[in-house]
Amino acid sequence: MLSRTADNLYWIARYIERAETMARLLQVGERISLVPDAGGAGFRNEWDSLLQASGTAEGFARKYGEAVQRNIESYVFFDYDNPSSIASCVSQARENARIVRSALTAQVWDALNTAFQELRQLERTERSELDIPALAEWTTNKTAMIKGAIDTTLLRNDGWDFLHLGYNLERADNTARLMDVKYYVLLPQLDLVGTGYDNYQWITLLRALSVLRAFRWAYGGEVTARKIADFLILNGQCPRSLITCASGMVTHLDRLAEGYARPTGTQALARRMREDLSAMTPDTIFDEGLHEFLGRFVHDVADLARLVREDYLSGDVR
Amino acid sequence: MYDDGQVRPPYAGLEAWTNTMPAELRHLKQAEAEALFRRIGITFAVYGEGGDPDRLIPFDMFPRVFTGAEWARLERGIKQRARALNAFLVDVYGRGEIVRAGRIPAHLVYRNDAYEKAVVGFTPPRGVYSHIVGIDLVRTGPDQFYVLEDNCRTPSGVSYMLENREIMMRMFPGLFRENPIQPVDRYPELLRRTLASVAPMKCDRDPTVAILTPGHFNSAYYEHSFLADLMGVELVEGQDLFVEGEFVWMRTTEGPKKVDVIYRRIDDAFLDPLCFRPDSTLGVPGLMDVYRSGGVTIASAPGAGVADDKAVYTYVPEMVRFYLGEEPILENVPTWQCSRADELKYVLENLHDLVVKEVHGSGGYGMLVGPCSTKQQIAAFRAKIEENPGNYIAQPTLALSTCPTFVEQGIAPRHVDLRPYCLMGERIELVPGGLTRVALTEGSLVVNSSQGGGVKDTWVLAE
Repeated sequence: MLSRTADNLYWIARYIERAETMARLLQVGERISLVPDAGGAGFRNEWDSLLQASGTAEGFARKYGEAVQRNIESYVFFDYDNPSSIASCVSQARENARIVRSALTAQVWDALNTAFQELRQLERTERSELDIPALAEWTTNKTAMIKGAIDTTLLRNDGWDFLHLGYNLERADNTARLMDVKYYVLLPQLDLVGTGYDNYQWITLLRALSVLRAFRWAYGGEVTARKIADFLILNGQCPRSLITCASGMVTHLDRLAEGYARPTGTQALARRMREDLSAMTPDTIFDEGLHEFLGRFVHDVADLARLVREDYLSGDVR
Repeated sequence: MYDDGQVRPPYAGLEAWTNTMPAELRHLKQAEAEALFRRIGITFAVYGEGGDPDRLIPFDMFPRVFTGAEWARLERGIKQRARALNAFLVDVYGRGEIVRAGRIPAHLVYRNDAYEKAVVGFTPPRGVYSHIVGIDLVRTGPDQFYVLEDNCRTPSGVSYMLENREIMMRMFPGLFRENPIQPVDRYPELLRRTLASVAPMKCDRDPTVAILTPGHFNSAYYEHSFLADLMGVELVEGQDLFVEGEFVWMRTTEGPKKVDVIYRRIDDAFLDPLCFRPDSTLGVPGLMDVYRSGGVTIASAPGAGVADDKAVYTYVPEMVRFYLGEEPILENVPTWQCSRADELKYVLENLHDLVVKEVHGSGGYGMLVGPCSTKQQIAAFRAKIEENPGNYIAQPTLALSTCPTFVEQGIAPRHVDLRPYCLMGERIELVPGGLTRVALTEGSLVVNSSQGGGVKDTWVLAE
């Protein structure tokens, strides 16, 4: 397929995944704001770490200064100055889809276009009539529709692989960054603390990744840093764990390599990332240092994104 | 629809339909149609004017109907004209027999801005310059059709022909059971076949066809992507193509892939910055060299525009006689060339009765409709003509036929035109239908979508 088409598909998936992450961040932020501000600045600071995790803290500070909830909502949902806002992501994804209409099924286009048309409606609605849970839920519903349409109607060709490559790559990056913002509360010596504020933060982290219930089913008992790290990094059952995302990327890069009869450096790197993760335990991660490990992983993801561009999307493939 | 109070036969099947549709239902259906258009994404994008960039062309649900016999005659006329126009193009880039024979003034051809010196002496595959000929027609009597203009370059709007039909079939399946309406959905396949049939000399396999678009900000982008999808060919932008060796290649995820036929939807001037406008970023550097050496076919061929120029238009009946030895079936609207002193004098004296157009204008812009204009407008236009007479032609206002159209008060006659899309390659093909544009404003003769025009489904009944 045209490199430009592949590029557009890949970015549709990345934007949609990003919009979903933003929606979850909004949900978590909203929840935290309902908890009494007992620990002084503690809970209120959560908004800041959420902005940090999404890489939008700087842009927000430039535009609004202090983190006031209403401004954060605007910035994260509606603001086109924020390239990662839900409005930006949905509009971009839909514009990309319009460009590559012929590579999508009617159902996928319909899901994306309907999301976009409804977004226009939301933008015209009085803010007082919109609450955060509704906006977040609207977003996760739409992204689920889009993904569902992709998975149930799209031809399993290279375009499908580029979409899934985008999803997995974006998701790996989001999970790793979100953990990294919270790494300090996951330090093992705090295992013993395990109550009150720290515990709440861990649960917040799981909630932000929409895997709290899943975690309880998979591990049971006390929530500990070790279990959380294992779940979010090494557990292949967790839909957002780093290893699940890495395996997803390997699957689709293998398919591309086979279909094109051309192995690539991207494929090799994704495989190495997956092998590395398979060989790890929570202990080896904490020995290396969680922050160091995550930094290394995020760096690998960035490398992978660069290689995807060089190997498939740039149009200079020979 | 009515003729002396009688329903004209082709519309007989529609009278009952309208009688059973009260206003509320009609409004409901109209809203449904609009929602469908918006949902499918059939919009024309207007950027830079503010407001919603995705606009809908008003769709009128009342179809325009031709009988099989009416169409058969039209079809002969359209194909005849398309053949003559292509013969003219081959001739004027070759020996120029029609000019030598004195049937058309040399300066109209060779001094024409659309005459492309870069392709002189080159005959494209199968001698076809214009592979899709869009001929704009109006009807003035039962058997009388006038050609308003020819579009030999890249006539747009065919996606509306196809989508208007899809939407009508979806909303009113009963009408299609009751009326023998000939389908139009073969068009994309015929277009693909036409393009494949003009593969270049150096192509020795199943040709790869691609549509070249200026990009997603272009107002007709939807149509480009729609046609690519229906034909199953790639939709490329200039940046996706490059020239290497003797061929044109597209950049794919698997490496370069050779392209044999390019259906371009960009103007000549932007095709190749090395040959035409050096500042064009829409085109492909080196494309024209590959084209002239038989490595790629460009449809329509560069230079085709000289045949659809409004000043050359006057001579199309002459082309039919000269190249085909036939009498033209479709008539030309009498046209006064303001470049000629005697005709200019007549035009300036009769502005209030005439339609005056710019020679190179399109989209209904830069024109004067005398009978519908104020004294001030006419005076202002007169000044423009006097300043540059060669830039204008004038035509009488015709007693255009009307078609029943849904309006606020019910059904009322509105003026319509018709653009069928004739395909020329190895064969010459015309699907039974076309784009009917309708002037939604009462009394208006301007059907362009940019000027408040709408569209209708166009039916050709089987005999």
